[in-house]
Amino acid sequence: MKGLFIISGLGILAMLAEIFKFKKLLYPLVLMGILAAYAMNFMEWNNNYDIPMFGNMIRFDNVALAFSGVILVTAFFWFILANDYFEHDHITDHFALVLFALVGALMLTSFSNMTTLFLGIEILSIPMYVLAASRKRDLASNEAGFKYLIMGSFASGFLLFGIALIYGATGSFDLMAIRAFISHANGDLPAFFYAGVLMVLVAMLFKVSAAPFHFWAPDVYEGSPTVITALMSTIVKTAAFAAFMHLFLVVFGGVSETWSMVLAVVIALSLVISNFTAAAQQSVKRMLAYSSISHAAFMLMAILANNRGWASINAILYYSLAYSIGSIAAFTVLYNVSKARNSSNIEAFNGLGKRHPFMAACMVIAMLSLAGIPVTAGFFAKYFVFSVLIGTSFKWLIILAISTSAVGVYYYFKVIIAMYFKSEESPEEVTMETSHVLLLALTALFTIALGLVPNYVIEIFN
Amino acid sequence: MLVGLLIIIPLIAGLLVFFTKGNTSRTLALSLSVIEFILSLVVLFQFKHNPESQNLILNCSWIESLGIHFAVSIDALSMLMVLLTTFLVPLIILSSFNTTYEKPNSFYGLILLMQMALIGVFTANDGFLFYVFWELALIPIYFICLIWGGENRARITFKFFVYTLLGSLFMLVGFIYLYNHTGFDTGIKSWAITDLYQAGKSLNLSQQSFVFWCIFLAFGIKMPVFPLHTWQPDTYVTSPTQGTMLLSGIMLKMGTFGLIKWLMPMTPLALEKWGGVAIGLAVFGIVYASCIAIVQKDYKRLIAYSSIAHVGLIAAGILSANQQGIQGAVMQMLAHGVNVVGLFLIADILMRHTGTREMDKLGGIRNMNGNFAVLFLIVMLGSVALPLTNGFVGEFLLINGIYQYGAWIAAFAGLTVILGAVYMLRSYQAIMLGEKRDSAIAFGSLQSSDKWVLYIICITIIAFGVYPKPLNELAEEGTKLIMMNLK
Repeated sequence: MKGLFIISGLGILAMLAEIFKFKKLLYPLVLMGILAAYAMNFMEWNNNYDIPMFGNMIRFDNVALAFSGVILVTAFFWFILANDYFEHDHITDHFALVLFALVGALMLTSFSNMTTLFLGIEILSIPMYVLAASRKRDLASNEAGFKYLIMGSFASGFLLFGIALIYGATGSFDLMAIRAFISHANGDLPAFFYAGVLMVLVAMLFKVSAAPFHFWAPDVYEGSPTVITALMSTIVKTAAFAAFMHLFLVVFGGVSETWSMVLAVVIALSLVISNFTAAAQQSVKRMLAYSSISHAAFMLMAILANNRGWASINAILYYSLAYSIGSIAAFTVLYNVSKARNSSNIEAFNGLGKRHPFMAACMVIAMLSLAGIPVTAGFFAKYFVFSVLIGTSFKWLIILAISTSAVGVYYYFKVIIAMYFKSEESPEEVTMETSHVLLLALTALFTIALGLVPNYVIEIFN
Repeated sequence: MLVGLLIIIPLIAGLLVFFTKGNTSRTLALSLSVIEFILSLVVLFQFKHNPESQNLILNCSWIESLGIHFAVSIDALSMLMVLLTTFLVPLIILSSFNTTYEKPNSFYGLILLMQMALIGVFTANDGFLFYVFWELALIPIYFICLIWGGENRARITFKFFVYTLLGSLFMLVGFIYLYNHTGFDTGIKSWAITDLYQAGKSLNLSQQSFVFWCIFLAFGIKMPVFPLHTWQPDTYVTSPTQGTMLLSGIMLKMGTFGLIKWLMPMTPLALEKWGGVAIGLAVFGIVYASCIAIVQKDYKRLIAYSSIAHVGLIAAGILSANQQGIQGAVMQMLAHGVNVVGLFLIADILMRHTGTREMDKLGGIRNMNGNFAVLFLIVMLGSVALPLTNGFVGEFLLINGIYQYGAWIAAFAGLTVILGAVYMLRSYQAIMLGEKRDSAIAFGSLQSSDKWVLYIICITIIAFGVYPKPLNELAEEGTKLIMMNLK
């Protein structure tokens, strides 16, 4: 709760910084602010449980706090990665936009009303549209921003329409009221209620970029500045999943027969399309974009197993943490490599193992984690998803997920092979700032530690 | 505690070796692996005198909320497999002394880490831990083949990696399925092997079949059983010799060991229903691989196919699910491990001394080096399972066991004896006898490290051929335990 205030305050402060000329101070201030917000989060743990605030608009229960925690940790890492981004022009604008996006993300973890959901999504999305286009003189970046805006607003339209239909059927925006209405109705609900649920589903699938609503993702990911791509595939994704989970596990859990088959088909499509397309990519950035669709499919599998209670929530929480950390590491390496060699193609990684062994080793750990090899965090992430889904009737999805993740291994290992077994063509030295070295060391440590002792995350709600 | 040491020593050794340079790496790796072998003898001594000793069990909690324990222990079966591993690894390291590898520290470090994972696989008593070690064994061998392999290694080792990873993920699904069925009476889910056994037995036929095929896929790929073998010949040929030895000598046994200890007691109903199909595949693989082996020109590739034939017989024996079959399989696993390492070393020696492994271009080496000819002959005879060599006991029991399952299938499986003799003797004739070819002229005397490895292997072949009793007793004891669980 207080964390949300701190981040909002920082956003406003960032805008003031241009007027009162303390731009230089902003970066350390933001880092400290995020840590403070995290500390607040930590202190509220178990304290404010189950108290809705602001007329039932927001509720910071432990689940919301846990997801906020993941977002804040990732944000801290992200700001270390993106220090370059805040050094040239529009410094304060960039700060303010990112911080407001963060506010939106935190709202998505804690909404308890359909209006807050919509507000959260918009507060998160609008800064992201601008940030995607923030390399003003680059055509690809402009295209990315524009595509993201068009597709995103389209999805928002779906969401609003869905919310309106649900309101029409239940007479309330309040999530708990809707949930109670569903359980009292005993299946006696108007047809347009189900249509509303499906529209909300479509909108959310848009936001998490699951196939067949994924067409915007690769172009937007590739065109945006690399650090913004990292932001999209970590924080935005975690927030969207927190919201998705809240809506479909908690609120619409009672009508799961309406959406579960749809979701299963979406997952199957996402797994197949993303993995096979990713395998064909030459650009690592685009490959990561497609792989993020496949990771989205895995997290959706945990939502699909909607009768498993806390186990599903645990699985999603763990997955988003493991995936965010792995992605931050991968993007840090990608950022440094593409800066030095002016290309984000796979060839740019050639010979990195000799040139910069530390960077290459951290990349190997990140790739192993994203591919789901034990004993990294990514392995347990997949393990938890499988273990919640195996008790349901969707066992065929597990088989499909396994077969496609073998394809996943192919493209993740392509990077490893390039780093260690291809001789380099471009002689440009790849250098890295000390802060990035520290960041990589931290992420690698986290990835291994989460893989060795996953208890600390999965027992968090016990 | 001792069993914990068995796992920790190779881990520490591997990490230590990473920090060395040049020739120190291999000396250090060799001495540490010898220490590990001595330790395993101490464990054997302990096991013989007091099998209930606390030294042979280690059980500490790893992830309590999921019922995952770091539980390892030694029983008769794992004792044999551990001995095989600790015996072969020093030999494999010694056999590399005449080849200079780039980055020797990583090479030997990876071999030792691999040893750690293998011992983990053979001693694990917790399904999850077994899976983790199983996967951990894959990563070092992948890098060994990838970095030090021959032509086309990136493509071939990748195929190997994806094949085995795919299999093991299916195994994970099978295990998770069983895990979800544990603890119906107590309400506490557990990964302990005994609980998984119980959970498996409580399932009905169709559920057991699902688990059976999921897990069989992983083991079948690892061995490999026809038609899952397509990764194997290329990988064996492309890998550096030591990688091939690890793959065929020890890693292959992970599959057969898993079949005995982890699959069969969990799914007795499915075994009854599908065992025949699986045996059919294995026996077909024997005949198929033997026929291909006969027409091979490259000696290393011939051994690779012969390995498929041998493992097919082992698998068929195991799946016949009787005392003789399983006990024979265990004996044959040990014998095959030793013999195949010898054969691959011989292929490596041929390559180093003559520059080719093509049997057409070789010939008459016996005249140049009679000593080598004798050693080669002994290893070869062990491999075709002549009486009084170590291969005989296992093969005899295996065919006996398969005969009890079905006379016709045993007749086909028995072809391995004839076909094996055909390709083995023919290759020996082509390489060692006949006219001296140009390539053979330069064949000088063997280097001392090669000689030592071959001596040790030949002594083992003859010693356990003449007096197999100590191993056989252990194998019998281990098999009885499994047979008890099968009922």
